[in-house]
Amino acid sequence: MLEDHAKIVSLLEQAGEVVGRKKLQKIIYILKKCDIPFQEKYHFHFFGPYSEELSLRIEELCNLGFVNEVKETKGGYYQYRYTSTETSKEFLSHFDIHMETIEPLIQELNNQNSKFLELVSTILYFDDLSHEEIIEKVQVVKKKQNYSLDDIEEAFSFITSIKRLNTKVS
Amino acid sequence: MAQRMTKLSEEKVFKDPVHRYIHVRDRLIWELIGTSEFQRLRRIKQLGTSYLTFHGAEHSRFGHSLGVYEITRKLINVFEKEPEWDPNDRLLCLCAALLHDIGHGPFSHSFEKVFQTDHEHFTREMILGQTEINAVLRKISDDFPRKVSDVIGKTYENKLVVSMISSQIDADRMDYLLRDAYYTGVSYGNFDLERLWRVMRPREDQVVIKKSGMHAVEDYIMSRYQMYWQIYFHPVTRSAEVILTKILHRAKTLYHNGFKFKYVPTQLMSLFDGQVTVEDYLKLDEALILYYFQVWQEEEDQILKDLCYRFMNRKLFKYIEFTPMDLSLYDELRETFLDAGLDPDYYLVVDSSSDCPYDLYRPGEEEEKLPIYLVMPDSQLRELSRESDVVDSITGKKRTDHKLYYPLDAIMALPSHSKAKKKLRSLLSI
Repeated sequence: MLEDHAKIVSLLEQAGEVVGRKKLQKIIYILKKCDIPFQEKYHFHFFGPYSEELSLRIEELCNLGFVNEVKETKGGYYQYRYTSTETSKEFLSHFDIHMETIEPLIQELNNQNSKFLELVSTILYFDDLSHEEIIEKVQVVKKKQNYSLDDIEEAFSFITSIKRLNTKVS
Repeated sequence: MAQRMTKLSEEKVFKDPVHRYIHVRDRLIWELIGTSEFQRLRRIKQLGTSYLTFHGAEHSRFGHSLGVYEITRKLINVFEKEPEWDPNDRLLCLCAALLHDIGHGPFSHSFEKVFQTDHEHFTREMILGQTEINAVLRKISDDFPRKVSDVIGKTYENKLVVSMISSQIDADRMDYLLRDAYYTGVSYGNFDLERLWRVMRPREDQVVIKKSGMHAVEDYIMSRYQMYWQIYFHPVTRSAEVILTKILHRAKTLYHNGFKFKYVPTQLMSLFDGQVTVEDYLKLDEALILYYFQVWQEEEDQILKDLCYRFMNRKLFKYIEFTPMDLSLYDELRETFLDAGLDPDYYLVVDSSSDCPYDLYRPGEEEEKLPIYLVMPDSQLRELSRESDVVDSITGKKRTDHKLYYPLDAIMALPSHSKAKKKLRSLLSI
């Protein structure tokens, strides 16, 4: 019961703060691809893998007072900051969730910007394709973002490093 | 390429309660409709368990798929006059519209939750694998099935084509809102479909709406809002969904525990084992699932037997509004259920709005989702909720909900002197 909600709260507790809805979406997708058992269903959208289920779950957590959402105006657009609240501690105490074991992985993802995480998650979305096919696909679906070959290779290296990090911590 | 231009010698039409007629001139579309994979959609209801709340809601994904095709066809007729539209995309778009739901199984949402399957995966497999659909699509070209699959998977290079089938205002939603409203018998799901497709315009990346069509879009957004709360998230429908999910869980658990079924679920074993192939999946439909639910009422296992009886005879769980802020109430209820001999894993269920597979309009802040754009008289694009007070008033407002489901009849059937009964009545205020 609400265990999937608790995992999100626990993630935020470990991250300290996540700035941006897109960033939070991509972090959880990447963690899923690292075999961390988040259950939210993702589909490919204009800006990469996106989960409506996750968006609604975060909304539920905000309404329950377990997650704090702060809306800020930044250069003509809105940005949201997410943190877990004090009351969430009692909520989390009902579950046997140990997100602290992957804290370094969470921090590593949280240190990246959302545009880079969008690229990383897009590459992971096509991970059943070959290296070359992925590059081709990313350039097709992310035409507007203008990712260079260097950006894409950097994302590949990042994926290797986080998978290594995940093996170490798990 | 030979078949690209092939038309049927005579137009075929399907009578349809939403669109009056669905017109087919392309031989390719006609052949796709005739495949066994597409005909299977006749045996899968569009609204899953909603028929237990709205008895008219027995319509299938077959009719809906034809409807999405028909809306797309009409939309293409409008777009053909616009320079942004590439006529070469016509057949691709029609095929994707027709096949967008082909991977759905019986009671898809519950099945995906319990068996960790994904209808999008099966859609790809049915289009790209050794299927009748694949054979028909390949008559166009060897890479045509891949293109259709990419459009449905939203990874195709031409985003305009993708957005016609899948976006916040697309042929899929337009058809299911009208169709679901019609079959459930409600009046609030309606909007002016013809006006909508007449004010839609193709742009490089997506379909946009002429500013003069804003009020038609407002109607569509209101329809989506009303249908969400009144139909898709109806608490009685959710109750049936909860029981259905628990039946599947119970059957899976029994199977893994080596339970000897009187009626062995041969067709479900690959699902239970997590090794379902497309061939297995194509054999599943709602007739088969309901057959098992019917015969499992004779099984020895009391939980499976009872849950199947409840589903087949509409003896659903009742509910109370639930605030998960106070989990101690939930813990106390669980303990008392155990004292009463009711397994809380099957008879005490929290259902949240995020469990519902339908969604409401999002203005796409922070690039989470592409919003609906209006084209202003100066050709600039403006996000819908920034221009429309009506849409703004229902956007970003509280839209979450949690309910706790329980079997009222089973609690009331406990002996009158039972302490557990008294406590449950008090905790649940019944």
